[in-house]
Amino acid sequence: MQIALFIIFGLLAVAGALNLLFQRHPINSALSLIVVMMSLAVLYFSLGAEFLAAAQVIVYSGAVMVLFVFVIMLLNAGEEEETRGSRMAYIAGIPGAAAVFCLLTFLFLKEREALGTTHLRDALSGTVSNITEVSHQLFTSFLLPFEVTSVLILVAILGAVVLARKES
Amino acid sequence: MVPIAWYLVLAAILFSTGIAAFLIRRNVITIFMSIELMLNAVNLTFVAFAHMWHQVSGQIFVFFVMVVAAAEAAVGLAIIIALFRVRQTLNIDQVNLLKD
Repeated sequence: MQIALFIIFGLLAVAGALNLLFQRHPINSALSLIVVMMSLAVLYFSLGAEFLAAAQVIVYSGAVMVLFVFVIMLLNAGEEEETRGSRMAYIAGIPGAAAVFCLLTFLFLKEREALGTTHLRDALSGTVSNITEVSHQLFTSFLLPFEVTSVLILVAILGAVVLARKES
Repeated sequence: MVPIAWYLVLAAILFSTGIAAFLIRRNVITIFMSIELMLNAVNLTFVAFAHMWHQVSGQIFVFFVMVVAAAEAAVGLAIIIALFRVRQTLNIDQVNLLKD
């Protein structure tokens, strides 16, 4: 069951990411990024992180991507055109990304035995639910970072308003 | 019973796709979206490791990454709008005031 979930939504995430890479129009890239984020939410759920699955859907697919789609439509972004710089980027970009991928995959597959397998039954049969545990940790051990985050959000709101305001 | 390594390899695929999109695409908004894709890939590794060690600290870190990504998206898109007002273009090759 879990392996089927992983294969279906993992393939969906990879397909969405590749679609983001090869689409020329930004709105197509944005919609395929939403597919990636929704399938990642399912994968979080299959790893026993229910709170993060909900937060992923609400914050990323719900808020951040809507912001992106709004900006794409506001600026009337069209298809990007081929330039000299883009051909050079193909020459440098594909091998660079492939090198990073090979390095990471080699490392992970080499340590495959030490990493072990998932065990959803333990995660779900616990007496304390995931959200209880997360909120307990968040409001005891991580209280200061949590409060500092609210200041960060406030500064980001002010910065966005100041930057996007029309100069008079 | 999925090996944790598969989740990590999936995250590696997403991360390197994000790198490739960051380097290849010329549209500022698409470049910004590929940064979001890389952040999501890193979040997946955090959740996988949190599951592996039976600890929720990794999930809390993902929560903070999400908050920072949301703040970053708001400020970054405001910068893109300001850039578009000044240069009337979204192509990264034509934003070269510092280079010339």
